[in-house]
Amino acid sequence: MFEFSPNDYQAMALSAKVAITATVISLPFGYAAAYVLVFSRLRGKAVLDGVVNLPLVVPPVVVGYLLLLFLGEQGWAGALLRQFDVRIVFTWWAAVIASLVVGFPLLVRSIRIGMEGIDERLLHASRTLGAPWYDTLTTIILPLSGRSIMAGATLMFARSLGEFGATIIIAGNIPGLTQTIPLAIYDYTNTPGGDSMALSLCFVSVAISFAVLLVNESLVKRFSRQRRP
Amino acid sequence: MKLSVSLQKRFSDFDCSFDFTTHANRVGIFGGSGSGKSTLVHMLAGLVQPDSGVIELDGKVLFDSKATISVPTERRRIGVVFQQAHLFPHMSALSNLLYGYRRTPATQRQIKPEALIKVLNLEDLLERNVNTLSGGERQRVALGRAVLSSPRLLLMDEPLSSLDEGLKFQIIPYLLAVFKDFQVPVLLVSHSTNEIRLMTEEVIVVHKGRVSEQIDPETLARQRMGRRRAGYINLFNLQEAKPQDGLLAFDWEGNRLLLSSGLGPEPGMFELSSKDIMLFKKHPEATSARNLIPCRVGGIFDMEGRSGVELHCNKGQLIAQVAQKAIEDLDIVPGREIFAAIKSSAFRRLY
Repeated sequence: MFEFSPNDYQAMALSAKVAITATVISLPFGYAAAYVLVFSRLRGKAVLDGVVNLPLVVPPVVVGYLLLLFLGEQGWAGALLRQFDVRIVFTWWAAVIASLVVGFPLLVRSIRIGMEGIDERLLHASRTLGAPWYDTLTTIILPLSGRSIMAGATLMFARSLGEFGATIIIAGNIPGLTQTIPLAIYDYTNTPGGDSMALSLCFVSVAISFAVLLVNESLVKRFSRQRRP
Repeated sequence: MKLSVSLQKRFSDFDCSFDFTTHANRVGIFGGSGSGKSTLVHMLAGLVQPDSGVIELDGKVLFDSKATISVPTERRRIGVVFQQAHLFPHMSALSNLLYGYRRTPATQRQIKPEALIKVLNLEDLLERNVNTLSGGERQRVALGRAVLSSPRLLLMDEPLSSLDEGLKFQIIPYLLAVFKDFQVPVLLVSHSTNEIRLMTEEVIVVHKGRVSEQIDPETLARQRMGRRRAGYINLFNLQEAKPQDGLLAFDWEGNRLLLSSGLGPEPGMFELSSKDIMLFKKHPEATSARNLIPCRVGGIFDMEGRSGVELHCNKGQLIAQVAQKAIEDLDIVPGREIFAAIKSSAFRRLY
């Protein structure tokens, strides 16, 4: 029923690769950011909170454009990377960075909700038993926020699969190189006679998203059976 | 143990200032709700930062605002048993028990897990999921967990208050056994004079964020008898009973006490309200009360409008409570021989 071109297959593989990479890279940072926002007595937490959440409300196109200015040839980071002969813009890494920035607030929010649900008195108990903060973090907070980490990672993965606005600006729409599923669909809708191909990819997109939700649901269930909070 | 505390802490609607030094090994902190007891415990454990002051435990300074010393909670080696057990829900009972033990350097470990598990009767719980434990079992695990970290001081912040009335006193023998077998210095926070008397040797009374008195638990109980509906509570630590006339005969300090058979013959702690003791000037020929104990008046004390009569019965001591007028009518003076009548059903088993 569905027929896919080699480009389509490449778009699917690239989408998965970008989403997985972005999620894996952002997990430790998202966890650290959530920890700081929930448990630290840092001054300027409100500012950090704002910065983390900003990409959630700013249009992705704006995020993409700002990233382009920052990482492009003339940009501050771009020029720096240029010295090491590294180019990010218009490579698949640019798509990863776009997904990273746009999906990060979702990840942090989810982990944060989980951490806020942990009874502070459990942390007091672990400290009185001789555990320094990093010990408490790994033996109490991490296992008790496991569900929210998984939920956050799923959300971020799904968001990365659907990322379009920032990606098209910073990574471009180069088939086989930076063209993910949403970009491929966009291409087909602009091509006469591409409707059926677009629809096929839409089905793929829906199927992947649905599968991610199912896998997440079962993981969360299994996790909560093992470690009832 | 030597504990010197001088701490000040100001909250928006409450400020406290605690000053005391104690040398007792089992100290009670007594006070009503809102007296600042929990704040004191949290400051001692390092969970709440005092505004100023000093904490010194056995010659080691744990906190000194002038010298800017504040040993972090995890290095104070002060164990805490909270009102609720606060067991780690993702660990088995055994992992909970050993959490502090594993974080205590081998040279500082003073208590063997096997010995403690035996004293607290936890053998059957070790592999259980802590979420399936009952309130009393949870609190026993929490106690074991704190003790196994070999603390230099064990703080107990109303450890029994979350338990049912019956369960509460079942835990006390475990606590006493732990204190005795493992020689842990204890600071017990409670608003129950019974708990304080059963478990401590000195009590610091706090009121509105200040230390109001530092006395022995017996004095505290006598002071409070006027304020309680049940009056003064006499405590009896009794050994195995023998059946007699459908009742239970216990030996008590050279006297024989008859108690209702429903209380069970096992050794344990029993209580009797000072109001349930009737005094007779002469031996009544017959009385429905099954206990008629000859005793000598040791002293009379007045407590907020009620009269307490201290009675010496062989080696035992009882406190009875009578109206002021009865003192005159019975001509109760120190040294007088008198009879105390107690119904067998007036006793209650604590544990």
